Amino acid sequence: MFKDIFNLALLQHTIRTATPLILAAMGGLLTQEAGILNIGLEGMILLGAFFGVVGSFFFGTSAMGVGFAVLSGIIIGLIFAFFVIDLKSDEFVIGIAINMFAGGLTVFLLRSIFGVKGAFSSPKIIALPRINIPILDKIPILNTLLNNHTIFVYVSWILVVLIYIYLYKTAQGRWLRASGEYPEALETAGISPRKMKYIASIMCGILCGLAGAHLSLGYLKLFTEQMSANRGFIAMAAIIFGGGNPIRTALAALLFGFFDALGIRLQAVGIPSQITQMIPYGATVVALVVMTKRKINQTRVKREQINE
Amino acid sequence: MEDYILELKNITKKFPGVVANNDINLNIKEGEIHAIIGENGAGKSTLMNILYGLIKPTSGKIIHKGKPVKFNNSLDARDCGIGMVHQHFKLVPSFTVWENITLGVEVRKNKIFVDEKKSLEYISDLSKKYGLEVNPMDRVEFLSVGIQQRVEILKALYKGADIIILDEPTAVLTPQETDELFVVIKELVKDQGKTVIIITHKLREVMAISDRVSVMRRGEMIDTVNTKDVDENRLAELMVGREVLLDEVARDKIDSSEVMMEVKDLYARNNLDMLAVRGMDLKLKKGEILGIAGIEGNGQSELIESLTGLRDIAKGEIYISGEKIKKINPLSMRKHGVAHVPEDRLSMGLSKDATIMENLLMGNQNKKEYRGKLNHLKKKNVRSMSKKLIADFDVRTPSEDVLIDNLSGGNMQKVVIAREFNFNTPILIISQPTRGVDIGAIEFIHQEIIKKRNEGVAILLVSAELDEIFRLSDRIVTMYEGRMTGEFKPSEITRQEIGLYMTGKTLREEE
Repeated sequence: MFKDIFNLALLQHTIRTATPLILAAMGGLLTQEAGILNIGLEGMILLGAFFGVVGSFFFGTSAMGVGFAVLSGIIIGLIFAFFVIDLKSDEFVIGIAINMFAGGLTVFLLRSIFGVKGAFSSPKIIALPRINIPILDKIPILNTLLNNHTIFVYVSWILVVLIYIYLYKTAQGRWLRASGEYPEALETAGISPRKMKYIASIMCGILCGLAGAHLSLGYLKLFTEQMSANRGFIAMAAIIFGGGNPIRTALAALLFGFFDALGIRLQAVGIPSQITQMIPYGATVVALVVMTKRKINQTRVKREQINE
Repeated sequence: MEDYILELKNITKKFPGVVANNDINLNIKEGEIHAIIGENGAGKSTLMNILYGLIKPTSGKIIHKGKPVKFNNSLDARDCGIGMVHQHFKLVPSFTVWENITLGVEVRKNKIFVDEKKSLEYISDLSKKYGLEVNPMDRVEFLSVGIQQRVEILKALYKGADIIILDEPTAVLTPQETDELFVVIKELVKDQGKTVIIITHKLREVMAISDRVSVMRRGEMIDTVNTKDVDENRLAELMVGREVLLDEVARDKIDSSEVMMEVKDLYARNNLDMLAVRGMDLKLKKGEILGIAGIEGNGQSELIESLTGLRDIAKGEIYISGEKIKKINPLSMRKHGVAHVPEDRLSMGLSKDATIMENLLMGNQNKKEYRGKLNHLKKKNVRSMSKKLIADFDVRTPSEDVLIDNLSGGNMQKVVIAREFNFNTPILIISQPTRGVDIGAIEFIHQEIIKKRNEGVAILLVSAELDEIFRLSDRIVTMYEGRMTGEFKPSEITRQEIGLYMTGKTLREEE
């Protein structure tokens, strides 16, 4: 039984399930660095998943699916930014509002566009292309593990590196971080923190859109209600875990992806799905507790004693 | 006619309901140190923000080197070589020195990337040229205030500033750091041909450093004079608009042999669990003002909080009138006759969303005059008490029902002082009584403190303003890293000497 669970397929599955987490976490990381706590990741992913299906279904190409998902991300990112930055609404409330809005809107549109309830699937939905790397074909383990994933798997890895470079090596990335940490400093330097926050918010929308498109067009070719399944919140946990660093955030997302995959594996060996579905969330809670504990221990200065 | 590098002509700035600057004319000569003084709310900051392009004037002209210019934002001002060092530094804490200096004007490679190597070279050249030593790789959050200010000056120079505006630059510095800053300023002007505009309310510093002084009052430019033609009293008069007593306040000779409060070997921890107070011994006597001088963060706050019961003491004893206090908490300390004017009026002294009357009632609510048998408030008595205190302490407000939030800093402080002084306790612990308060209110508060002393109250005073310590104290104790480093009579020591004790020199070393 152990072999049925812990095998190569588990790791391969991990890579796949971690991808939307990585993408969304990168988006959330950008807004966090710009000083905005975005708990609307969840809703943004859901919208991306839905509009990915819409684009792919009506235009018959996965590229249009991705295009629609990205567009929905840009729009929702702009709406979020407008409320939070210009109208100075509470970012927490707006984040929740976006999640509820996305949940409702997708159900509504599912009915009015496709005339179905719950889920929509069709052969006309074109999935994302899979990438075959010829050299890997000949290496047995790496081939199963790394080859023949959808394009977004590889894109997400590249994005992690690019975002790292962006945040820490480019001038604009520096401004983005300054806009989050101390906007007055940026403002007196003649650069608008508002603009940087907008940029972060829109990029976050795009990345969440991609995460959603990966969910609905990556392997399944379908949309179901609430199919984001709290991945937005797990991505947030990964951001907290990563402490502002894109690479560490991505690794945390990979870890949570592993538990997600593990849950599915366990289901295959007969453990009730109600239990296995708890695994990724339970693991997230445990990981956060451990992480926070460690952080507290690190920062706590040893209580100084009085020596005469 | 003289040549001016910068001229402000008939600048007026109206905000809804207020005229912040009314028809201001100001001329700045190239290569001078020009001080601008005025009380809080006189319009100095507005004027400087106009000059730095952060605020657009309602009307008026700015002329730079003979040419009229328009500043739409700070970039326009920067193009004219104007740089500003704000009172509250505009530095990103987690960024390094070089990242902060170059922020917004990065040295780039391939257009989008920051060229770290070139930036570092450039900054080290700059810091050598101007004699402003910094380590570009240090993270700003770990630097002292003095060094952070240096980074701000470098930032202005890096951006090509010829005219540097310094907003209250010495507010946060020690006497030594202030001296260093003044040396730097003088070098910038004399050796590098820069022009410096310095905004301040410290008249002594104006006298020490500036060539000319412009005085503002209630949004108007009162006068511009050569510093050598005036003295501090004259400047204060111009600033306030009437004669100000800057000299000694009359002190009665009183018998101060009786020890009211004694602290023995007191230890206390700060919020990080480090020892902030390390074995303080103090004797506070009747009818004296004991001033504690020290750079902020050397345990003064923790000491005061321990003595008022706000912070647990790690070790040590407190005696009041010879009686050892067993239970130390805010209520018991107040019952033992300790009133407290806290260092931060907004976070500790007042509730800003409550009215003046409600704030004045706090701590008095259980007294018979104010609390009826049904636990209700005797509003009439509270109101008459408030009215009396507002009048006695000269709180400028239309009524006692005004929210604290709507008062100026000086008036807020007067409310705190009115309440605490009204307890008529034998012991008063006062921390930073005039921080961010204008000169008129400072004068008033100082007089009230001395009145209390003359009544025989024992007063412990903590202040970051050395001038205040010198002016008020009968006895001065210096504090450094939680320890007492010396005890002096104000007449027997200079500010420079005391500065040494504030930075770690001890009396014992001397012997």
